[in-house]
Amino acid sequence: MNSLLRVEDLKTCFYTDAGMVKAVDGISYDIQEGETMGLVGESGCGKSVSALSILRLIPYPPGKITGGKVVFEGKDLLQISEDEIRDVRGNRIAMIFQEPMTSLNPVLTIGLQIGEALEIHRGLKRKETRDEVLKLLRMVGIPDPERRIDDYPHQFSGGMRQRVMIAMALSCNPKLLIADEPTTAVDVTIQAQLLETIKDLTSRLGTAVILITHNLGVVARYVNRMAVMYAGRIIESGPATEVYEHPRHPYTVGLLASVPRLDKPRVGRLVPIDGQPPDLIRLPPGCSFFPRCSHRMQQCSMERPELRIVGAGHLAACLKDLGS
Amino acid sequence: MTGQYIIRRLLIMLPVLLGVSLIIFIMVRIIPGDPSMVMAGPHATKDQVEQIRTQLGLDRHPVSQYFIFIGNLFRGDLGTSTRTSLPVTKEIMARLPNTLLLALASILIATVLGVLTGIIAGVKQNSKFDYLSMLVALFGLSMPVFWLGLMLMLLFSIHLGWLPAVGAESFKHLILPAITLGANSMAIIARMTRSSMLEVIRLDYIRTARAKGLKEKLVISRHALKNALIPVVTVIGLQTGTLLGGAVLTEIVFAWPGVGRLLVEAILARDYPVVQGVVLLVATMFIFVNLVVDILYAYLDPRIRYQ
Amino acid sequence: MEEIFDKAEKPKWSQSREVLHRLSKRITAMIGLVIVLIFLISAIFAPFLALHDPLEHSLGHMLAKPSWDYPLGRDELGRCILSRVIYGARISLLIGTMVISIGVLLGAPLGIISAYYGGKVDFIIQRFVDTMLAFPGILLALTLIAMLGVGLANVMIAVGISTIPIYARLARSSVLAIKSRQFVEASRSIGASNFKIILRHLLPNSLSPIIVQSTLHMATAILWAAGLGFLGLGINPPTPEWGAMLNGGRLYIRVAYHVATFPGLMIFITVLGFNLLGDGLRDALDPRLKT
Repeated sequence: MNSLLRVEDLKTCFYTDAGMVKAVDGISYDIQEGETMGLVGESGCGKSVSALSILRLIPYPPGKITGGKVVFEGKDLLQISEDEIRDVRGNRIAMIFQEPMTSLNPVLTIGLQIGEALEIHRGLKRKETRDEVLKLLRMVGIPDPERRIDDYPHQFSGGMRQRVMIAMALSCNPKLLIADEPTTAVDVTIQAQLLETIKDLTSRLGTAVILITHNLGVVARYVNRMAVMYAGRIIESGPATEVYEHPRHPYTVGLLASVPRLDKPRVGRLVPIDGQPPDLIRLPPGCSFFPRCSHRMQQCSMERPELRIVGAGHLAACLKDLGS
Repeated sequence: MTGQYIIRRLLIMLPVLLGVSLIIFIMVRIIPGDPSMVMAGPHATKDQVEQIRTQLGLDRHPVSQYFIFIGNLFRGDLGTSTRTSLPVTKEIMARLPNTLLLALASILIATVLGVLTGIIAGVKQNSKFDYLSMLVALFGLSMPVFWLGLMLMLLFSIHLGWLPAVGAESFKHLILPAITLGANSMAIIARMTRSSMLEVIRLDYIRTARAKGLKEKLVISRHALKNALIPVVTVIGLQTGTLLGGAVLTEIVFAWPGVGRLLVEAILARDYPVVQGVVLLVATMFIFVNLVVDILYAYLDPRIRYQ
Repeated sequence: MEEIFDKAEKPKWSQSREVLHRLSKRITAMIGLVIVLIFLISAIFAPFLALHDPLEHSLGHMLAKPSWDYPLGRDELGRCILSRVIYGARISLLIGTMVISIGVLLGAPLGIISAYYGGKVDFIIQRFVDTMLAFPGILLALTLIAMLGVGLANVMIAVGISTIPIYARLARSSVLAIKSRQFVEASRSIGASNFKIILRHLLPNSLSPIIVQSTLHMATAILWAAGLGFLGLGINPPTPEWGAMLNGGRLYIRVAYHVATFPGLMIFITVLGFNLLGDGLRDALDPRLKT
């Protein structure tokens, strides 16, 4: 099978004063052309770090990719030269970040910031770039682009800024778009609009998407497959509807119980998961979720469960099979 | 929009200018003893003292005294030097070009070298260049201006004989005083640029720029630099102030015929009209420099421009 | 079972230990500390450390080069430069301490009042501070000297007054930062008086930036005082003061470099020490600024 992106046993660490943090602790997944995958988990579970690791954007020091492979279009992105990875960034793989406010440069016009990738990757001249940027602005739904192309980021609303980010990311027609919590920082009413825009445009352009979010409700609607991360590892993955309907890992179950669901009638109250995510410097020897798990057994504190097949394309890392 | 901004800055400047004139006005009047006698100097005749008394309006109410003072200021009348009996404005104008030349040369050296060093040190954090340049900057920060001047003179004029030690006759005469006066500011500007650069490099939009596939050089020059320089501009503005003050010491060391030396000579001779004139002038210049800085700030940061 | 995995609350002592750890990690800060200690020791024990009487002159040995008996040589009146340099530390320490006392005692309350009351009070105090800051660098001190006259006490008053706006600004901004915090709100809600709130909460919390600034400012105060001494506006001769010594030696720089060089070197090293220590303290007390 020829996947667009294959992540294999990726490991990324941060070296801090307090000790080594295994932010991403051996995760693997595949993405096919044009496919949409959701990467779900609480903040601090390593989902953003794993995405940044794909493009080698982890700041070193203190962060470092310590192992694994990221094979994209047949090449391991972790092995190629700095020049080669730059040619992938923004061109073949693009990113949208969480905070549109801080992710855009406050002292440069949005026209310049969107056009940059076109200039370096496609070698467009100034005039051509401007035309292309206008086209992009129109595409992502920014009204009156001729007037707004020379505006600065602070002159836009949060939602509009994120549309600028989308235009920037899609400018070179990438094969893969990594959207890191693209709607977290904007108003709830705008969130759905933004996600629809991303969904429409990427399906039109045939772009594969990794959608990173802590909001399970979002995932089910917009992705084909999803992977749930906890403490730097993927603990469950599978087709989105399957995981949503039949979660097999206690953490996923807990996560689902803690968010409002639109697909089912409201039954009772939302139940938050007890406890705190574990300290990544001193992970317990067994299952990382053990201290918070309501299904824990003696065995779980000693043996770390590996991912195993629990259904068609459905994997879960739990010693207890919740499904049966 | 930029015009409005400048007008607003000008309006903020006015009360500070008034405040400065008021402070100087009060200071001259709290000199122990009879101000008109002190200002007239020890060898003045009774008539001269009386003349100054009327000139300053000391026989009138303090408030009207202040208005007379301001009125004289606007007519460019700063009084008469008690040492030379020349108008203070004439004394100052004869020396001012020298000080401006020296200050300009120094701030130029300090800015160009300071910003360059700061950028390289910031981009190559923890490199040998970073450590070395920051050590040198710390030295520059701690060095007394007058001692540095003497040491440079000792080395380049007395031992090597490359540059003249004192005077202000040619471009060669400018080199040592300009380096001496600029060294301190250069150190401060370099440190500030470095830390500002380090702060900016960590920000999200730099990551965005990298994620676009920009070369590191472009990330720094286009995305980091302009942001990093915003706080540096303020520091450069403040440094012109330190520089104007430091000029006093540098001018003494190198016998540079500027306003600073005039001030020291005037203080030692208790020539109050000159002291008052020089201080007013330098403070006003500093306020204007800060106005320029504010405008430059708005040019660099669109968030201020469009407020 | 669960207790093992609970992250234990950090005990209180570890915070100050961390500060110490970070401080000692900075070797440069330790060097600064050593320099400052040497400076303090020579200032306090000058009579025991000096080889000769700093005022004893000998016209026969004018400008003598360094020797075993006079390690830094003799000055234009044949006095021992090393002994004068050691005694000079006293003057510098005295000036520095007084300057900072004046600056902190007058400036900090001004800033605290300004920030705490806000409104008109704040506006007036801030315009006053702006105006004082419009006199660049050493100029305000120079002007004050011109009015007050030459002398040690006047140098301290002049430099001290010109540092008032710096401390006022500093105290104001740190009080503004903590004013809205809960513990202040809480004590206001239980009816604590303004004075009590300022004394008990705002003062201690604005202290750490003031400590850092004072250390760094000790450096500036010594520099400025030496500058005034160099201009002949400081303490009256023959009292050994570094700036004045440098000024005395300046005229003989061609024939006897050591007379001007060593006092200047002392100023440089002392100022460097305070700067190093201040930088280190800032990093240790305010980890946010650590890079």
